[in-house]
Amino acid sequence: MTELAEQTPHAPPKPPPTGWRRVLAPGWLRVPWMTALFFGIGLGLVVGLRALAGWDPVFNWLIIVSIGALIMAPIGFLAGIGAFDYWVKYALGRPTEPEDHSGHGARSWRDYFRVNTDHKVIGIQYLVTTIFFFLAGGMMAMIFRAELAKPGAQYLDPQEYNGLFSVHAALMIFLFVIPAFAGLANFVIPLMIGAPDMAFPRLNALSYWLLPIAGIMMLSSLAVPGGGFGAGWTGYAPLSVVGTDSNVWFNMGVQWAGASSIMTALNFLVTIITMRAPGMTFWRMPLLVWANFTTSLLVVLATPFIAGSQFFVMFDRLMHTNFFNYHAGGYVLGYQHIFWFYSHPAVYIMMLPGFGIASEVISVMSRKPIFGYRLMALSLCAILVLGFSVWAHHMFVSGMAPWLRVPMMITTLLIAVPTGIKVFSWLATTWEGRLHLTTPMLFALGFVSMFVIGGLSGIMLGAVPIDIHTSDSYFIVAHIHYVLLGGSLFTIFAGIYYWFPKMTGRMYNERLGKLHFWLTFIGFNATFFPMHIIGVEGMNRRVYDYPPRFAAWNMFISLASFFLGASFMVFVYNMIVSWLRGPLAGSNPWRSMTLEWQVSSPPPIFNFDEIPQIVGGPYEYGVEGARHAVFNGERVHGVEEVQRT
Amino acid sequence: MRRGAIVRVVTIGLLAAAVATAVALFIPWLPADESKEGGRIDFVFWFVVAICISVFGVVAAVTIYSVVNFRVRPDDDSDGPPIHGHTGLEIAWTAIPTVLVTVIAILSAVALAENGRLKSNRLVVDVTAQQFAWHFKYPQYGGFQSDQLRLVEGRQVELRLRSLDVIHSFWVPEFRQKQDAVPGIVTHLGITPTKVGTRTLICTELCGLGHALMRAPVIVMTEAQFDEWARSQQQGSEGTPG
Repeated sequence: MTELAEQTPHAPPKPPPTGWRRVLAPGWLRVPWMTALFFGIGLGLVVGLRALAGWDPVFNWLIIVSIGALIMAPIGFLAGIGAFDYWVKYALGRPTEPEDHSGHGARSWRDYFRVNTDHKVIGIQYLVTTIFFFLAGGMMAMIFRAELAKPGAQYLDPQEYNGLFSVHAALMIFLFVIPAFAGLANFVIPLMIGAPDMAFPRLNALSYWLLPIAGIMMLSSLAVPGGGFGAGWTGYAPLSVVGTDSNVWFNMGVQWAGASSIMTALNFLVTIITMRAPGMTFWRMPLLVWANFTTSLLVVLATPFIAGSQFFVMFDRLMHTNFFNYHAGGYVLGYQHIFWFYSHPAVYIMMLPGFGIASEVISVMSRKPIFGYRLMALSLCAILVLGFSVWAHHMFVSGMAPWLRVPMMITTLLIAVPTGIKVFSWLATTWEGRLHLTTPMLFALGFVSMFVIGGLSGIMLGAVPIDIHTSDSYFIVAHIHYVLLGGSLFTIFAGIYYWFPKMTGRMYNERLGKLHFWLTFIGFNATFFPMHIIGVEGMNRRVYDYPPRFAAWNMFISLASFFLGASFMVFVYNMIVSWLRGPLAGSNPWRSMTLEWQVSSPPPIFNFDEIPQIVGGPYEYGVEGARHAVFNGERVHGVEEVQRT
Repeated sequence: MRRGAIVRVVTIGLLAAAVATAVALFIPWLPADESKEGGRIDFVFWFVVAICISVFGVVAAVTIYSVVNFRVRPDDDSDGPPIHGHTGLEIAWTAIPTVLVTVIAILSAVALAENGRLKSNRLVVDVTAQQFAWHFKYPQYGGFQSDQLRLVEGRQVELRLRSLDVIHSFWVPEFRQKQDAVPGIVTHLGITPTKVGTRTLICTELCGLGHALMRAPVIVMTEAQFDEWARSQQQGSEGTPG
């Protein structure tokens, strides 16, 4: 094996530049001056054009910051860190180094802070970054829960309050749930399909480096004069147009995160379609691959819509266009239609990868084939299609055309059918299995049960009359947290624990993992279940003050939310200590059949020393003599011959 | 499947459903229902809750039973039976939810249509929302304006909602009905109050810094009381344009 590994094309790293030339080499020394340079170019453009046109004032700081800091400086940052080096050389006709794999794989912790083209490194970069933003968003939640513990104003003024909950939601959605799934998939998908890497490794690296830009933009909006963007993560116009200037930070933050999302999704699509190992037909793909395939289709089709909606809002503010200015014929509801045309599919973008993870974990930990594999894959496709026909259920009380409500209700309720199929199939998979209640399995089963509650409240909200009463109340807050926290977050944890031995080569501490699950499970339910009650009773959302009759529940919720927040410390501690000092895990601690477990932990730098031949389904547990893949150089060779003819 | 297993799963399911039912019944969920439209909404609400409780019962039963009965020690290396699926079951859990959601959709559509019907003798109120206040105008009574929404017990009101700046939303939890007020268009909402008393109107669409405090009193009166109040308002507003 080692011999083969050394034969892979892997040029030794070039000697690093010395002296002053180091500031020209891609890396953190080039970042500051390139960022400043590009900001300067933006500033020069704005000031120069305004001076030429004779506009007053020449130094309009809102425009300068929007162009210089939110658009140009990030490009400078990316250029400085080296995300464009290969393409720039290529475009200029200078010699490129296609065989230079010095930016591939991590040899020390420093390699995680460089532009790295290895999907395994990028996957870990994604996960660590997103967990950072998850913790930041969680802390914001605890700050405004402290405010909400009692009625009346306590610590925060209304601007701070609105800014905090808006940034909280934006970070959790755009910088945690969506990219955390992308990170897990980045690590796992190429291994799972038997590919040496993603189809476009440089694009992959670029799409990772867009994320910190988006995250820092949204975080720093809280420090903008006037306060953080306070129109919620939904950023409804016209409030987002007339609100504080920091709304532009949100508009552009979404663009950078969205661009990252689209690039990754394209990469996944091409990788999954073209780079599967021989023998891996679509009907032999693990369900996580199916899940990321459908998710990527959703991302590619839907994300441009939110990009459009945010550009329109930004143009209304900066360029005085009138997309949503009703005084000048703008169409206020248009924002919601465009926004939700993305943001409802986005719910499934945040859910389908979790479905995939749950399928992997539940099948392996039950030691049984997944129940109804084909129907499981088809229901993903059904959700993909139906997901585009339900967006206006967020707008039942918005004043849109009234006739649209019933058809949107029907499609919304119908989407419960494929979702139900998945839930019942997971349960049937556990039936008569040999259940190993490890931490990933606990999170997967916790996901199924919590997601059922979120799904059922979703059915309630799908019924128009109930939605009319509950929309924009705390019932909605409860629903989205059951779906996104009980659903997405639980599966993200299941995935992190499940693949932790593969990523690090070490085993996490099982007792701490179980402790983490139970603390989170209890804290989560104590925090969010009561929100159903106060919502139906009449407490509206996005308020810092509320009538005293909700005081008792809110105090309870706030205390529970601090408990929930504290539970994640167990996770962070477990991850750090186990990564450094955990016992060695071996290549396949779960006795899983899928391909990523058939290579060493962590996997070799180009994943597979020999290309696997897929000979069967991925979940054939309990089937006598069944194999998912065989590793046999001669047979692989034979297959290549067959394919060439 | 063995008989004993079925009995035990059903028992767990009934227990889980009983717990969920207790949560639904013994915790005060919906506020007092004080409009005709609210009654229909509540009916749909409890109907769907009943379906949800039964689904929850099934899921909880199977999950709990599986976890308790099928868990093995960590060193158990055996595999489960290679069951790949069961066409009958798969058809069942596709068909039954389809039927259930269809019933929910039909009921909801009927309730929605009923609640959207406007009567000819209705009271009309022009509601204007702005950051961060509500104003109410009574065009059938000379167009006087008030900061309180006064309604008549048993008489349907049609609210014509407008907004002067950003989106707001009209919600009185006791009436159940809700509608956004959108700048540039007029939206409509029908409510038939059934009980005399005072309630609070709250804004339910984030509208800026004063969103939390954008409230207004809603007072339901008898026909006679209302007429008297309207007359006094008309006299008070005479001479002022509006």
